[in-house]
Amino acid sequence: MSFEKFLFYLFAVFLIGAAVMVITRKNPVHSVLFLVLAFFNSAGLWMLAESEFLALALVLVYVGAVMVLFLFVVMMLDINIAELRAGFVRNLPVALVVAILMVAELVMVLSPERFGLKHYAAPAPKPADYSNTAELGMALFTQHIYAFEIAGAILLVGIVAAISLTLRRRPDTKYLDPGQQVQVRAADRLRVIEMKPEEKA
Amino acid sequence: MKKVVDYIRSLFLFELLKGLSLTGRYMVTKPFTLEYPEEKAPVSPRFRGLHALRRYPNGEERCIACKLCEAVCPALAITIEAEPREDGSRRTTRYDIDLFKCIFCGFCEESCPVDSIVETRIYEYHFENRGEQIMTKAKLLDIGDKYEQQLAADRAAQAAVR
Amino acid sequence: MEGLVEFWNGLPVVIQILLKIIVIMLPLMILVAYYTYAERKIIGHMQVRMGPNRVGFFGFRLLGLGQPIADAVKLMFKEIIVPTGANKLLFLIAPMLSIGPALAAWAVFPFDAEWVLADVNAGLLYVLALTSLGVYGVIIAGWASNSKYSLLGAMRSAAQIVAYEIAMGFALVGVLVAAGSLNLREIVLAQQGGLLHWYWLPLLPLFVIYFVSGVAETNRAPFDVAEGESEIVAGFHVEYSGMTFAVFFLAEYANMILISGLTALMFLGGWMSPFQGTAIESWFDWVPGIIWLLLKTFIFMFLFLWFRATFPRYRYDQIMRLGWKVFLPITIVWIVVVSVMKIQHAPWWFN
Repeated sequence: MSFEKFLFYLFAVFLIGAAVMVITRKNPVHSVLFLVLAFFNSAGLWMLAESEFLALALVLVYVGAVMVLFLFVVMMLDINIAELRAGFVRNLPVALVVAILMVAELVMVLSPERFGLKHYAAPAPKPADYSNTAELGMALFTQHIYAFEIAGAILLVGIVAAISLTLRRRPDTKYLDPGQQVQVRAADRLRVIEMKPEEKA
Repeated sequence: MKKVVDYIRSLFLFELLKGLSLTGRYMVTKPFTLEYPEEKAPVSPRFRGLHALRRYPNGEERCIACKLCEAVCPALAITIEAEPREDGSRRTTRYDIDLFKCIFCGFCEESCPVDSIVETRIYEYHFENRGEQIMTKAKLLDIGDKYEQQLAADRAAQAAVR
Repeated sequence: MEGLVEFWNGLPVVIQILLKIIVIMLPLMILVAYYTYAERKIIGHMQVRMGPNRVGFFGFRLLGLGQPIADAVKLMFKEIIVPTGANKLLFLIAPMLSIGPALAAWAVFPFDAEWVLADVNAGLLYVLALTSLGVYGVIIAGWASNSKYSLLGAMRSAAQIVAYEIAMGFALVGVLVAAGSLNLREIVLAQQGGLLHWYWLPLLPLFVIYFVSGVAETNRAPFDVAEGESEIVAGFHVEYSGMTFAVFFLAEYANMILISGLTALMFLGGWMSPFQGTAIESWFDWVPGIIWLLLKTFIFMFLFLWFRATFPRYRYDQIMRLGWKVFLPITIVWIVVVSVMKIQHAPWWFN
């Protein structure tokens, strides 16, 4: 077994193991941390597939920002675990049906007949100076420029919508506007007077 | 116009640069630090340090056991017991100052009609065992004898303002 | 000499890499130790004090140069206390998570034209990804300590680091637009041509924003609300003692050195001489590139300390305002400006 293959299996085992832990842990904080581990391992897998941009972007965006916010929220929650467990048995049949359906669909689509090695030959290893980032940029900004821009616009609309939905003015809070605060000058508020000390009689 | 100027000033971090220049200037000035055991700050003749009991030049102890210091002490650090001596003069048999209670306010020194109890310039002392913090009469008189010259000079220097 | 080269080439690759790592890590750790000493000394002098000046070697005081060693030995021998109710595993992992990225980022750091451990294409992305991981050490430490102060510190730090990472990332986007590469070595080489050709001038706003965001990322004063010793004792590391605390401390200072080094690389021409292209260039030919790089790094390391001695702590809403409402818009505008300069081949820098 080559070293790369060993790495692949290592990352794959850790990825699946972490993914299982995500859904079996009782403590949501532990689940989130295992999710972080899962992201790391998938980043490793992508790195093996010579797509370093995607791997690093995964770490940067998902691990570095999204999961931090997840943790942020989860740590603040005061979750009653017993209550969460209570619904488990009741929801099990529905969940099982959905899960089986999804697995069946995946098997049908990704079966060896359509995605086997004979359909997709292993890609030739790229030379060392091949930049995945540059290639990705080229593809995004030439071939897929419209799709890319539309996706960007949709995300922008999403941000604006989310902010306008959650933004509320609260006139009753005593809020100091830092913008105004930094405009304050000592000369506006304080007058320094020159005075002669009084002479002793 | 003023708004524009203010805006530009805040954008270019004018105030922050001013602050930086101040600390930068101070960095190159000589530190005020006195390196303590080797260098010491000057001590005033009014300094209130360790206590002492003084004597007259003829060797007679000054204290007449009037107990004014005991009465005035805000920390109740002074304990005095007295009885007439063989020659009939009134003297203390016990004069203790508990240095753990003492707050070094100097009231005892001020209240003393005969300038007996005084506070010296000594501020470097320590105790190693329990009980050592009680300054007995003998210890106080010893300190007084040892530093009499200094004590007399300090009293003389302050005579005009006391 | 030839025998040495042969011996080196005969070593297994793993050993070679390990030795290279040691060659980077050892001076770095010494630098970290003496950075703490420099901090106490410099801030001391700014406050017209002396700073540590007693602990020396072999009975000589030597301006207190033995202080960091004494501190390290003291911390090593102190007990590590795990609070009751703390999550022991996470509690002990947190310091490692915070120092790991701080050290790993040095792998792609070019010390000279040829001196780099891993000359990877996406070096800048790698650095960004790793620095964004540092926050996990803080968050996990805060949560695993089972202490309210710790949790508050962790929350503050998480929000702050995520906010400033965006401004930092955008500042770096400006750099990579200008250099046209993600490789740190090529970014430095793109700045060829002396003091006025370095990117600090065309990218001045990004330069300032990058460094200030770096100060915020490392939770240093005036952005040290995560520690906030006057409000929440010491924030995320209240419960840490002994070596676990020391590791957090090391990570913070290693991060500061890393940010200083990266700023020097990306905006001050890395290992290149400032006199390149001037009449006196040849006078400084004998100076090796790493000396220039170190000098530039020291400038920024000194700025960290200078800021700490000068500025009072920002209020929390002011930190957020600065990050989102001041830095972010400026960076976005300047990226456009840089792109236009680049496309139009603005003279001097991009021709």
